[in-house]
Amino acid sequence: MATAYQDRKLADPAINVGDERYFEAAAEGKLLLKKCDECGEVHHFPRGVCPFCLSSKVDWIEAKGTGTIYSYSVTRRAGPTPYCIAYVKLDEGVTMMTNIVDCDLDSVRIGQKVRLTFKQSANGTAIPMFALA
Amino acid sequence: MTIKGKAYIVGAFEHPTRKAPDKSVAQLHAECARGAIEDAGLKKEDIDGYFCAGDAPGMGGISMTNYMGLKLRHIDSTDTGGSSYIVHVGHAAEAIAAGKCNVALITLSGRPRSEGSSGMQVRSRGSAVPEEPFEIPYGPVTVNLYAMAAMRHMHEFGTTAEQLAWVKVAASHHAQHNPNAMLREVVTVKDVVESPLVADPLHRLDCCVVSDGGGALIVARPEIAKSLKRPLVKVLGTAEAPKHTMGGKLDLTYSGAAWSGPRCFEEAGVKHADIKYASIYDSFTITVVMQLEDLGFCKKGEGGKFVADGNLIAGSGKLPFNTDGGGLCNNHPANRGGITKVIEAVRQLRGEAHPAVQVKNCNLALAHGTGGSLGHRHGSATVIMERE
Repeated sequence: MATAYQDRKLADPAINVGDERYFEAAAEGKLLLKKCDECGEVHHFPRGVCPFCLSSKVDWIEAKGTGTIYSYSVTRRAGPTPYCIAYVKLDEGVTMMTNIVDCDLDSVRIGQKVRLTFKQSANGTAIPMFALA
Repeated sequence: MTIKGKAYIVGAFEHPTRKAPDKSVAQLHAECARGAIEDAGLKKEDIDGYFCAGDAPGMGGISMTNYMGLKLRHIDSTDTGGSSYIVHVGHAAEAIAAGKCNVALITLSGRPRSEGSSGMQVRSRGSAVPEEPFEIPYGPVTVNLYAMAAMRHMHEFGTTAEQLAWVKVAASHHAQHNPNAMLREVVTVKDVVESPLVADPLHRLDCCVVSDGGGALIVARPEIAKSLKRPLVKVLGTAEAPKHTMGGKLDLTYSGAAWSGPRCFEEAGVKHADIKYASIYDSFTITVVMQLEDLGFCKKGEGGKFVADGNLIAGSGKLPFNTDGGGLCNNHPANRGGITKVIEAVRQLRGEAHPAVQVKNCNLALAHGTGGSLGHRHGSATVIMERE
């Protein structure tokens, strides 16, 4: 079985106050995470307050853009095009929801190394995604 | 303080409809309320506490209170998704124990079947939801989120598609006896694993039904319960636990049942071997496997082996579950299955389940739910009940 990756229409993110920098950086080809100055923990999705200690002293850091597939599901019947939703554990230690793209979706497996890439949502916002490394 | 023995479930009603194109959600709630009040042998005027969740139209419980003309001393609209109504049993018992109300009504209803709503649609939960910009573009739907939990479970523990299929097979064995069930045909493991993949590794038959309908429960203080003519179903223990993505330290291998289960058993003061019947939320087959592990009916990772070979089938298996056919075959009104879990447990404890699936001497039952998704955020809730 082979299920070729196809581009699909991505829903636009409904960006909240404080999220702007994340998507500006994505447009520059970067993936940002938040790191807490008080407890030192990195978290994702990014918040204005650290989910580990509730400190407001959280700053953006740039992720290396490499990681490992934690889990995935080739979603075959939720739209006109099959797509692969996944959780990728980044080398910084946090796990993010994403899509695996630009490959035979049936070749995706847990534990595979992946690297950062981007696809655009309907309004042109850059959305971080991952391809097999 | 404990709620043990402080409250009884005196009324239970499951709406017989599975498709209600001509009824509003509010009407379905009210029909369920009336059904449960009549089942208990109470009057509408006896209700002084009301519990509902996000399926109720309007602001919290206020619109439904208005629609049904209730006069209340206590109101609670806690929403943990499909497990809300199990949470509500606990909260109702707490309110009764604290003297805040005497007779609590819990309602659920919805018409996702008529409205074309299913677990294959990307759904926004409203404005300013903090996680949504970092999830919605990736196409998270109910099925693929649970599928990712299933995929990880298979990877870590060797759970197989055939083992998951046994959950559906058991549910279908029960549903054949339920005239209201949506899917009454008995299916085999082969039927399940050969049905189309919806979101790998979950097949169509690994998924619950989409149905219109609803249900209601009445929880009352002991003196009132004992004045009624129905069999006595005592609440022994309740517990709830939200689980989420933990700031990015995600672990999909367990659910909030790992936290709510032990606390519920502790409050009830009973052991797993004492439980004669279990209602286990079955949004998907994987949901049942993971919850049974987390509740402690088997070791973590051994849920697949536990459910295999008919172990959940009434009459032959060691732990009869969802004898109404569950969400997998009978009913999943409003895409929320918590209330039907309690209703079937009450039927079992009263001896009112279908004779073909009635558990003999069923004096102790558990109901457990997962609302939201095993794949990111959910609310777990557990209740243990005893026939007195």
